[in-house]
Amino acid sequence: MKNKNNALSVFLRPIWSENPINIQMLGICSALAVTVQLKTALVMALSMTFVVSCSSFMISLLRKQIPKNIRIIVELSIISTFVILTDEFLRAYFYDISKQLSVFVGLIITNCIVMGRAESFALSNPPHLSFIDGVGNGFGYGSVLLAVAFIRELLGSGKCFGMQVVPDYFYSMGYENAGFMLLAPAAFIIIGLLVWLQKSLTKDRDLSR
Amino acid sequence: MTENLVGIFLNSVFTGNILLAYFLGMCSFVAVSKNINTAIGLGFAVIFVLSVTTPLNWLIYHYLLAPGALYWIGLPNVNLSFLKFIMFIAVIAAMVQAIEIIIDRFSAALYAGLGVFLPLIAVNCAILGTSLFMVERNHTFMESLIFGFGSGVGWMMAIISMAAIRIKLRYANPPYGMEGYALTMIVTGLMAMAFMLFSGISF
Repeated sequence: MKNKNNALSVFLRPIWSENPINIQMLGICSALAVTVQLKTALVMALSMTFVVSCSSFMISLLRKQIPKNIRIIVELSIISTFVILTDEFLRAYFYDISKQLSVFVGLIITNCIVMGRAESFALSNPPHLSFIDGVGNGFGYGSVLLAVAFIRELLGSGKCFGMQVVPDYFYSMGYENAGFMLLAPAAFIIIGLLVWLQKSLTKDRDLSR
Repeated sequence: MTENLVGIFLNSVFTGNILLAYFLGMCSFVAVSKNINTAIGLGFAVIFVLSVTTPLNWLIYHYLLAPGALYWIGLPNVNLSFLKFIMFIAVIAAMVQAIEIIIDRFSAALYAGLGVFLPLIAVNCAILGTSLFMVERNHTFMESLIFGFGSGVGWMMAIISMAAIRIKLRYANPPYGMEGYALTMIVTGLMAMAFMLFSGISF
């Protein structure tokens, strides 16, 4: 925590040691729902990175002007503006993916990561650091999303980014896709196992709650 | 008509459970499910806020924002539906604030029970998610009322059962790194699996 204002550590911390999903338990809602395929997970991760970095930057620019009592509603309106931009962009250029993501792009507004970074970082740090912090959190979120999506798509439909990777003779030998991986419960269980993995790997630090 | 409403209610409580099937409201679910009493308090607050905001957002969407909704002031070609995110979240935040003030004014006992949870709810994804689903599924006004209430009941049921399970889990002895969050996620996965069995029932 000492070198808090070093840009590199601000960028790297949220990717591993303070990962928003695995360690801080933020933003799980959308992480679970969009991870059936790698494609939607990637789009979701990029939208999230865009929204969290831009809104942190804006909030940090305005941090001396925002009155303390109404800061939540000001933050929410800044965040919603960026979410609307993202949603309109996706609907204009990637209509199929935006249909699959359905309400989850809109739910970035209430994603705890965005609000959390605004409250705990952007309000007390200069704009360029807040932007880097936002990008780092977006990547930390995205890396977990892609990991979960990779496992679910590979085991659930034998594909990777929509291309078949499990060879045909596996199927002719009797191998079958685990349809369970495509259902809701699998997402919960995979995230649980990933958290367990990361906690075991960082044994030296006390992360237990 | 009534059968349809019953169907929507049962669907939003069981098969389409807002938490276990659509993953909404996970953040407060993980954070608050450590204690049964707080889980019950938050559950009631969520039911209350959902049953108020979902129909309210229906009115706002269908009379102000939807394509052609502004015909009643002579602007039939205006489509403001892209504003729905910012409008819905503003309505939710304002409603939560209003409810907090009203409860504080009229019932000190209720405020002591629910008051602390109300600010948490404004950023609960389940509330905004229900409003967005309501738009996506083209519900009518009555349906949106039932859908909001049913989603709240489903969410409350999930969080109370989770709190009950976590009390038992305190005596368990999981491997290192698995205690707490990781175990909660896995148990939630098993619960979601159990709830999927309801999908065999057709309404």
